[in-house]
This record gives sequence, structure tokens and C-alpha cells, in this order.
Amino acid sequence: MASMTAIITAEKSVLAVRPVRPADIPHVIALDKQITGLVKREYWQQAFERYAAREARDRSFLVAEAHGTKSRTPILGFIIGEVRAWEFGSAPCGWVFALSVEPRARLRGVGQALFEAISAEFKAAGVRSVRTMVARGNRLHLAFFRSEGMMAGPYLQLEKELD
Amino acid sequence: MKLQISSRIAIFALLELAAPPPRQFAVAEMAEKYGVSSHHLAKVMQVLARAGLVRAVRGARGGYQFSGNVRRTTLLDVIQLFENLGSGPAFSRAMEATDAGRALREVLAEIDDIARATLGSITLATMLKLVDRRRNGSQSESAVRQVVMTR
Repeated sequence: MASMTAIITAEKSVLAVRPVRPADIPHVIALDKQITGLVKREYWQQAFERYAAREARDRSFLVAEAHGTKSRTPILGFIIGEVRAWEFGSAPCGWVFALSVEPRARLRGVGQALFEAISAEFKAAGVRSVRTMVARGNRLHLAFFRSEGMMAGPYLQLEKELD
Repeated sequence: MKLQISSRIAIFALLELAAPPPRQFAVAEMAEKYGVSSHHLAKVMQVLARAGLVRAVRGARGGYQFSGNVRRTTLLDVIQLFENLGSGPAFSRAMEATDAGRALREVLAEIDDIARATLGSITLATMLKLVDRRRNGSQSESAVRQVVMTR
């Protein structure tokens, strides 16, 4: 998407949100490993190629970092999303499908800064709503997205075990 | 979904007390505001006090103050103080033992699961934001945040 930088003065720190760079990818992989316990180098490299390497108005891969200070961690979090249209009959809508915040940086407005930045990108791309999907048991993520004003949407996710 | 009256009273009372600025209310004052019995509200407040969500302030201008964590206390935390969520033993044992009974239990369990996930993800802070949004007619911005966009 655009080469945007959002400088956000949160309650306790100053954050910068900017598009991901190739040098951030090892840190994205490390942060994801820290959270999920899985190393997915190929997946994140492909995510970079798809969402950041090519300039596209409808795709965003953003990272948050401490602005103007030496942070102990290179990035404090990242968020990825894209505008999708007409899947399941849905009008164009922004989808957030990855959000991760460094555990030591939580409760400092990092997730909120990332979510607000990608929401602004979606709005600039011309969509009026943002959507995500969260595991029912993931109280942390559910509570976060709820606190950002997200409510149950018009779709229900269904699935089935294949025999 | 139906909630027991005690759960509803508790949620209203907590939202009233937890909204900034810090405040305290006497039971009679709150009971009158919401049109519920003082006796019922007093019982609810005692349960909330035992759970550490409110504390009683003694004296002529006494009442209750919020003492919980608005960003950590969820609607589910509050409701479970007063009732067990779930579809309950709705069938007879004979019905329960049938394939139809088991299938229906499975569907009801799915609904219960979704209800728990929803109520467990909405904190008092999120509820206060929703109330604020209803009041203002649009999403309110936090006064402590300043966002500068540069391109």
C-alpha cells in the first residue's frame, strides 16, 4: 500500500508504524516463533513478497517500532491485511489476518496503533468496513478486537472434518 | 439470550460505577435510577463486593465504589457470579439417551460456546466504549492519543 508512517503518541511511549522492509522479516519470523512456537520462514517470506514487495493499494504489511529511542527489540509488532471483494458475496472489505505484538510491549498501545494504521489504509483504499477471524478460545485477541469496536459480522464461519 | 435480573442489575451497576470520573453511589440512589428494588440491588452489590469488583464506603454519604479492573473484568466474569450459563438439563433422561437428544445437545453446546466466547471477550472497558459510542452517535476518540500521519 502507501509508504505511510504513522507516529503515535500513546500513553507511555511514542510508536512509529511503517510498511515492512526486507530487513524486518527475520524479526517477524522470530516474533511469530515466540508467540506460536513454530518457525515458518517460507510462509513469512512469501507473505512479504505478496503483501509488501509489490506496491499494491489493497494490501498492507505494517510494523510498529519505538520511535526516536533505542528499543531492546527491533520491531514491537506487525499486522497484515488486504482488501477482498465479492468472496462469499461480500462487498469489498478490509481483512486483517495477522496481528502480533511483542509480549514485553503489550498494554502500551502497539496493537491499537497497528490496527488504526491498517484501518486508515483500508479506508484510503475505499472500503468502509474491516473484518477478521479469531479462534473462539483466544480470549486475548477476541478482547483486543472487541476493544477496538469490532462486533460479530454478518457471516458465520462453518467447517467440517473430512473423512 | 436471556440473563437473570441479578446479572443485568450487576452489569448496570458496574458500568455506572466504573465510568470515569471515579464516583460512588448509594444503593437507594441507584435503585431509583434503574427502577429496581433496593433490597435486590443491595444483595447484588454484596456479591460484587465479595468478588472484589466494588467496595462499600461507610458514612452518611456512603455507598459503593468500583474497585475492579475495567480492562480485565469481562461480562462473563460478572454473569457467572449470579448464574450458570448454558442450556442446562432441558431433556428427560430418556430423551437425552436418544440419537436425536445427543444431536440437539451438540447444537445447543455450539450456541453456548459462542455465547461464552462473546461474553468472555467483552470487558467493562469495551462496554463503556460502546455506551460512549451510543451516546455520541459515533466512535469516540481517546483523549490521551494523538495521531499524526505523514506521507
